[in-house]
Amino acid sequence: MTAPGVAERLTSLVGALRAHGMRIGTGETVDAAHAVDALGLADREALREGLAATLLHSQVQRPVFDPVFDLYFPASVGGPRTAPADRDELRDRLAAALADDDTALLGRLAAEAVDGFGAYGSPSGADGWSSYQTLDRLRPQTLFARVRDDVRARGGGAGFDGRLVGDEVRRRIAHFRALVATEARRRVAERRDRDEIARRAVAPTPDRVDFLYAGKAQLAELRRTVQPLARKLATRLAARRRRAARGSIDLRRTLRASLSTGGVPVRPVLRRRRPVRPELVLLCDVSGSVSGFSDFTMLLVQALHDQFSKVRVFAFVNRVDEVTGLLVRGAADPEGLGARIDAEAALTSHHGSSDYGAALGEFALRYGGAVGPRTTVFVLGDARTNHGDPNLPALREITGRARRVHWLNPEPRDLWGTGDSVAPDYAAIAEMRECRNARQLGALVSRLLPV
Amino acid sequence: MLFHSVDDVSARLAGTGYLASRAVATTVFLADRLGKPLLVEGPAGVGKTELAKAVAEVAGARLVRLQCYEGVDESRALYEWNHAKQLLRISAGRDETWDEARTDIFGEEFLLPRPLLTAIRGDDPKVLLIDETDKADVEVEGLLLEVLSDFQVTVPELGTVTATRRPFVVLTSNASRELSEALRRRCLFLHIGFPDEELERAIVRLKVPDLDAALTASVVRVVGALRAMELRKVPSVAETVDWARTLLALGAGTLDETVVKDTLGVLLKHQDDVLRASAKLDLDAV
Repeated sequence: MTAPGVAERLTSLVGALRAHGMRIGTGETVDAAHAVDALGLADREALREGLAATLLHSQVQRPVFDPVFDLYFPASVGGPRTAPADRDELRDRLAAALADDDTALLGRLAAEAVDGFGAYGSPSGADGWSSYQTLDRLRPQTLFARVRDDVRARGGGAGFDGRLVGDEVRRRIAHFRALVATEARRRVAERRDRDEIARRAVAPTPDRVDFLYAGKAQLAELRRTVQPLARKLATRLAARRRRAARGSIDLRRTLRASLSTGGVPVRPVLRRRRPVRPELVLLCDVSGSVSGFSDFTMLLVQALHDQFSKVRVFAFVNRVDEVTGLLVRGAADPEGLGARIDAEAALTSHHGSSDYGAALGEFALRYGGAVGPRTTVFVLGDARTNHGDPNLPALREITGRARRVHWLNPEPRDLWGTGDSVAPDYAAIAEMRECRNARQLGALVSRLLPV
Repeated sequence: MLFHSVDDVSARLAGTGYLASRAVATTVFLADRLGKPLLVEGPAGVGKTELAKAVAEVAGARLVRLQCYEGVDESRALYEWNHAKQLLRISAGRDETWDEARTDIFGEEFLLPRPLLTAIRGDDPKVLLIDETDKADVEVEGLLLEVLSDFQVTVPELGTVTATRRPFVVLTSNASRELSEALRRRCLFLHIGFPDEELERAIVRLKVPDLDAALTASVVRVVGALRAMELRKVPSVAETVDWARTLLALGAGTLDETVVKDTLGVLLKHQDDVLRASAKLDLDAV
């Protein structure tokens, strides 16, 4: 039997997770309560794992679950009951803890740091706790050299693995920053509505991050999902191909086979389809705002390249250039992709803003040969022409020549046609779909890719 | 009930040579307590299948294994009638009446139980391992739903077989296909990731006890650094152990550029990963 307070805590935790788009049924909540019952409340980490096991369905949900769990089942209540810390003294202790890699101590230091430096608002009653302000005052990243030298001096860096010390220390500092963020969220939640904090202050899972608003770290996170996503899509494509290949009966071979069973066609022979691997052309807007989306999609398509007989990738801002060569696996490091495209391809003329009309026109003119009856074309971009001529005939020409043309737009559908967006005009010619995050992209790619 | 507490799980699994992290131990304990199947996901080579084997050993249970592959079907997973034997039976008893023959040939004697049915029948403790569930077709998942939620199987000619003693069920998946939500809901979810440094050191010490302790620590640190890089295929625990064995066989006392460079192929399986790792670890300096 669980205590009534715990049951309520549990249901509001489930509510917060649902607000983040997780589908958790009542059955799972009951299981979670059983888990709490079996594990007890004494061991917080066991409780965390137990709830994760019963409530979650996949690992991508974990980065959302952990901070939410920390809010509803906090490790402690209130501030650390210590005297307000002195900045330099705290930095000294932090450096020592980082050098020792003492996780428990780091957690306590994070609590002290937020308590000492994170409060903002009027001095009479502080309004909140800020991890940003804490880290800004404490500057743990400036301890890097000191901690590294400390570790080396203690002989932790002797021999070959000495070269790893730098990265390890960097990871420990990043871990400490995360601890500070968790602690600040917890303190804020004590003051304000916990459900509200859980909804707003916890970042969504990477596959639901909007491409247009993704930060640098989130894009890096996304890139890490390219390979698994590609593998998943390849399996789906293979299954679709297999199903498409099942089809009509080959009458001649069925009759021939029936001779061995006395003329009774026991086993029908199906017509084999000649495997035709389709061709793919990707036409990507790589100008500022949409480049995150384009980069991700290019990497994904490149990872899928063995599914197609030919993949060609073109990038444009206001001029078009082929970038297929820049995406070749091995030579490409995904981080620097955008920079390399900027450096090595001629994408802009005298100005630097995107011009769909000019780019489509140039593509139809110079690379028209790349598009044939077996080609599926994907155009990626927000269709914002900066009030230039949309050049609809050029898109019509490409559509006429290709097998299919799909346009993936990273903007929300409500914004199409607002301001300088000519999305509705293009959508009338080529099928346009909203593609705002990796989840949508995955679903679209598995449905739209030709088999 | 197989286990008393989470610590009991850790201790007894360790006794069979499986070092479980806190997360693994907790989830195994819950799976046993709540009587729910355990869905284990994670990268290749972190010991998903080993976990089922270890639990079977601890519980003194028989391990029943269903290896999934594309095209596995009811007759491979559930049960099959032994047609040849049925035909023999019919031709052996020519002067029987139809009724006698009919009731007879659909009896237990002619049933070939496949893993799922085997796991449910009988009173002895069993661990059912459904390996690489993601490789099976979607239709098989439907089949699993009945078995995993009610622990019963319906054979039309015999009736419904219900488990008198629930097996401990472990499903593994490499996530090459998204399993259906319905199946996930019936299971406890466990993701086995790469172990932390301390646990991995303990694993290497257990599997390769002859390797020098300082070298073991170095090995684990280098593998940890490789995992932090953006590689196509990061080394798993199995690879760490392989590497430790390789170093032992080569008689290497410490790690240096030449040794690492020569043996990097044990850890990394793609040429561009090798190139990238060499650059990051400054191996080309020699």
